[in-house]
Amino acid sequence: MAINWYKFASPASFYPLAGRLVPWFWILAAVLIVIGLYLGFVVAPTDYKQGEAYRIMFIHVPAAWMSMFIYIVMAIYAGLALVLKTRLSTMMATALAPTGAMFTFVALWTGAFWGKPMWGAWWVWDARLTSELILLFLYIGYMSLYAAIDDPRRAARASGLLAIVGAVNVPIIYFSVKWWNTLHQGASISFGQAPTMAATMLAAMGIMALGFWMYTIAVVLMRVRCEILERERHSDWVQEMVSRGTYG
Amino acid sequence: MSTSTSMFATLGYLLGREVKLAARRLPDVMTTLFFFVIVVSLFPLGVSPEIETLRTIAPGVVWVAALLASMLALGRLFGEDFRDGTLEQLLLAPQPLSLLVLVKIFAHWLLTGAPLVLMSPLLGIQFGLNGDALAVLVGTLLLGTPSLSLVGAVGAALTLGLRGGGVLLSLLILPLYVPVLIFGAGAVEAVASGLGAGGHISLLAAFLVLALCGAPWVTAAALRISLD
Repeated sequence: MAINWYKFASPASFYPLAGRLVPWFWILAAVLIVIGLYLGFVVAPTDYKQGEAYRIMFIHVPAAWMSMFIYIVMAIYAGLALVLKTRLSTMMATALAPTGAMFTFVALWTGAFWGKPMWGAWWVWDARLTSELILLFLYIGYMSLYAAIDDPRRAARASGLLAIVGAVNVPIIYFSVKWWNTLHQGASISFGQAPTMAATMLAAMGIMALGFWMYTIAVVLMRVRCEILERERHSDWVQEMVSRGTYG
Repeated sequence: MSTSTSMFATLGYLLGREVKLAARRLPDVMTTLFFFVIVVSLFPLGVSPEIETLRTIAPGVVWVAALLASMLALGRLFGEDFRDGTLEQLLLAPQPLSLLVLVKIFAHWLLTGAPLVLMSPLLGIQFGLNGDALAVLVGTLLLGTPSLSLVGAVGAALTLGLRGGGVLLSLLILPLYVPVLIFGAGAVEAVASGLGAGGHISLLAAFLVLALCGAPWVTAAALRISLD
């Protein structure tokens, strides 16, 4: 049976579908995060060098992964919106940004908590830290531009263009910061070589990442439903739904 | 008359118009330049008058000041033309908008970026930079400031006519300026500490080429969104 995917590019048919999917993604997210936290905080062995403090990694690393991944997904949706002129893609891009910014902030915050006992400093100007900070600035720029434009259609297109320019720049920024750091030889602490990790640690991190992913989908679907209602509030189907008093 | 001659003629007229308008409003051009000079002059007062300290921070200070000065000038890139309706005429013109935009960016650089480049050796001397480092400072600014104007044009087009556009512009554009800052200031520092600046300068040139290819096109798209 062929599914007509384009059908769900229409906000009117995506809205109820998203509503049905949200609870499932919440359940998946909760189950995976609970398993991941249990594996990470109870089952995984204590690190012989870093002690118990390393366990913040099970939140820190998946958050950092998600922060970068969400920016790429956001730029892809923005690109789709420019090419296919689908309204839903712009709404998805808008809905992803706050979650991406949240994960970037969590990655920086937990990184500081990890850095203090390990390096004795809350913050070092390491390449990864610096580029993560700049990624946070890019998210904030995207959201500020969207918020500054009153017309939601223009706002979505303008911020979408910015997301694409940002996505082109992210690798350039990453490598320039990396080379800057190696050339500078300041107070940087290299943690380049990945230590061999116990299988349970790796599994816990992978499951946490999946859990964060499911959480992201659940939250973004909820946010996109609000976005659809706001932007389509003058359309017949929204009017009809509101007058019925159901928000399926 | 063939289309190609008329296109280049149009681009020439546009360049002439931009330069003439700026010449009639010289104080605007001077404001940017003096902003640059004042920001750089504040650092010895805030940090230390020790020439050794100044020499270490000089590349970064001059580059950050150049970044801020060129960003502040971006408001004028499309602002006036947007208010008096010229920009709409440019959008309707048969010539490709990205080329027209490129000419406008070039004129803008000529009037805001180039004066900074000319002024920079004087500031370098104040900070105790010697011959080689001074030459590299001017060279990297010459290569880097056009990139700043090009990347900045995207932000200027996106924030056109918005309330609080100026502050918003800085939020959008400054993170994108990071590579130029790193390689520009890095080149001067490398020369000052006895290393070659070749790698930095090549990367700066590569960034300029990339910006030259991409920015006019994206700026044109952004202008179409803003004037929709």
